[in-house]
Amino acid sequence: MENYYEKENGCLTVFMPKEIDHHQANLLRMETDLLIDAYHVRRLVFDFSKTEFMDSSGIGVIIGRCRNLGYQGGEVSAQNLNERIQKIFLVSGLQKIIKIV
Amino acid sequence: MQSKNEMKLEFDARSVNEGFARLSVAAFIAGENPTLDELSDIKTAVSEAVTNAIIHGYDDPEQKVVLCCRLEGKTIEITVEDRGKGIADVKTAMEPFYTTKPELERSGMGFAFMEAFMDEVQVISALGEGTKVIMRKRIGV
Repeated sequence: MENYYEKENGCLTVFMPKEIDHHQANLLRMETDLLIDAYHVRRLVFDFSKTEFMDSSGIGVIIGRCRNLGYQGGEVSAQNLNERIQKIFLVSGLQKIIKIV
Repeated sequence: MQSKNEMKLEFDARSVNEGFARLSVAAFIAGENPTLDELSDIKTAVSEAVTNAIIHGYDDPEQKVVLCCRLEGKTIEITVEDRGKGIADVKTAMEPFYTTKPELERSGMGFAFMEAFMDEVQVISALGEGTKVIMRKRIGV
């Protein structure tokens, strides 16, 4: 796996890459879904502490996971957003559908 | 004296070039001392336009995307052009959350992001001929 993940008691933390665009998003989506299935994840956390760039492809990944996990009664949150990522969340309206801690 | 500068890049419609395109534009305007925020806004907009050309313009990654930048004074004009499929209805395509590729989990936010982060966005497209996105932004003001 190219990205970094941590799992604990049904909670999966995805450490988002430095740059998230369409090119990076495909791998990120595949790996995350694989882990969600394999470990019966109920709680998903996206950690942005290393992320300097994200475009709307990243929004697609997050909304997709919210939807999939929502069907199964799971919950999704985001943490360690810098100013740039906050702006991306704001412009896309993502801060309304995902808990930010 | 007012600064003037131009550049043009042509590259394969491969997703790996999305990063290359936005970094090239960032390097091109670095001399104008844009703020970090302006630089990030421009990189995001370029990434959106180039991704659209790659995903929606073409099916064949060996087709070419053309990126032009023109700097005139404090205004940067960025043009991203493909000679691919074209858009039937530009107005609908630019609506937030509209996407023709939901199976790829496209958020439908591409044009909305370009409009949010640039001062001006213009889209010229014709079916079977391709799409040209022209974006302008004043920097360092």
